[in-house]
Amino acid sequence: MLHSRRKVLKSGGGAGVLALLFAAGIVRPGDVLAQEWNQAAFSTKTVPEALRALGATGPAASGAIQIKAPEIAENGAVVPIAIESKLPGTESITLLIEKNPQPLAASFTIPAGTEPNVSTRVKIGESSDVYALVKADGKFYLAKKEIKITLGGCGG
Amino acid sequence: MADPMRIRAAARDGTVNVRVLMAHEMETGQRKDSAGNLVPAHFISKVTATHQGKTVLSAQWGPAVAKNPFLEFNFKGGQKGDKIVVTWEDNKGDKRSDEAVIN
Amino acid sequence: MKPSSIEKLLAAAALAAAALYPAALVHSQSAVDEIAKYRQQLQDGNPAELWEARGEALWKQKRGPKNASLEQCDLGKGAGVVKGAYAELPRHFADADRVMDLETRLVHCMVTLQGFSFADATRRPFGAGTNRSDFEALGAWITAESRGVVMNVALRHEKEKAAYRLGEKMFYFRGGPHDFACATCHSENGKRIRLQDLPNLTEKTGAQLGYTTWPAYRVSQGELRTFQWRLYDCFRQQRFPELKFTSDASIALTEFLAHNANGAPFNAPAIKR
Repeated sequence: MLHSRRKVLKSGGGAGVLALLFAAGIVRPGDVLAQEWNQAAFSTKTVPEALRALGATGPAASGAIQIKAPEIAENGAVVPIAIESKLPGTESITLLIEKNPQPLAASFTIPAGTEPNVSTRVKIGESSDVYALVKADGKFYLAKKEIKITLGGCGG
Repeated sequence: MADPMRIRAAARDGTVNVRVLMAHEMETGQRKDSAGNLVPAHFISKVTATHQGKTVLSAQWGPAVAKNPFLEFNFKGGQKGDKIVVTWEDNKGDKRSDEAVIN
Repeated sequence: MKPSSIEKLLAAAALAAAALYPAALVHSQSAVDEIAKYRQQLQDGNPAELWEARGEALWKQKRGPKNASLEQCDLGKGAGVVKGAYAELPRHFADADRVMDLETRLVHCMVTLQGFSFADATRRPFGAGTNRSDFEALGAWITAESRGVVMNVALRHEKEKAAYRLGEKMFYFRGGPHDFACATCHSENGKRIRLQDLPNLTEKTGAQLGYTTWPAYRVSQGELRTFQWRLYDCFRQQRFPELKFTSDASIALTEFLAHNANGAPFNAPAIKR
């Protein structure tokens, strides 16, 4: 364990190291989210790439994750989204927006004692599926919801 | 120094509901200004909330979070009169930390 | 390359979704209901509160050549009385012998109490990003201090009545390249422009709704916009000449619309698309 860590650290700095640490299984995504901004994950351009960058291999669909968001958002600049996970041992909740140029929007680490239920507002460029990725007890789960975005007119 | 956040924290039955409004442009880096130049990305990238030194929420954000971000979460173990501290850091290294008393 | 398990999962989800989601329902009642839900969900955590905090600070800050704050400004209910003041504006002020709306009165105080020149005080009526307008911040806070107060714009003074009559004329006046009046869009029920419902300002409920929900954080602008701004932007959309800030025309139209909203509780700063 120590030997391979030394090898990994010798090979370079920045995002490259993190990727190697992920691959070596030495650092888990949950750890990193609390530290360095996950440049690699935030710059991915598709949901599958983002999931891979987050170390979420083969997430299982789950009905225990609820995405509360409007079916239609009048303006994509501000779309309210709340995600609640009823999965025991929820460690993190991550929000991805499929049609955005970079799907990874936000990732929340839920320490023990905090409810697995976060609410925020995001920008959605066009009608799109939004995904909630939950890590619970070391495993990944996924839920999705479609949100339609309209154009506003004048007035109001 | 960035504008202060509005933090509201209310305790009920042992659970504290926290709602935060942050003042930030959250520029995606894809918008063009009236002269046709790209406005550089400028967004909150990390958020931490602590209660008596313990982290009760941490987050990493990208520029897709809406301008003047809103955040709401709940944690157990806080009481009326306790302080909660919320800190954000953006991609340019600016930081802002504000505290609120739980009522 | 074999599709990964992630891609397979997403593909399956997409097929399931396609089977469940009907084609676009833009004009149906369910769409209207869903948009109403969107608006409702936005109400909590209104970024307007950030402007309110700035406005309160600006009111109390010593500024200008006289290094004075606005705390002695009389908004109609006595020097420094902010609570409930907006629900009674516009009104006639004896010291200026003029009917004034909130912005005009603030400019008056900035000039007389703080020593600013009219030009400096009115330099930026509306903000954009980091170029902020004092009026939007002050407006947010001062109007918040009238939240819940029943609209009560009196027509006692001769000049208040004259302003109302002028505002009414303006409301029905057709002009500009489209030959539009305010009434063209705002005098019938059930009208909309694309997806925006147009309040009927000629009948009580519409008039009350149209006035008591400004200022508002306009999500599409990312800014707090005042009623002044709303009038200014309507003029722009009608291709009318620019509605000048603190002009008699702007005050008269505000007098007409504000008085017509009487009886309803003031309900702003709000949040709108």
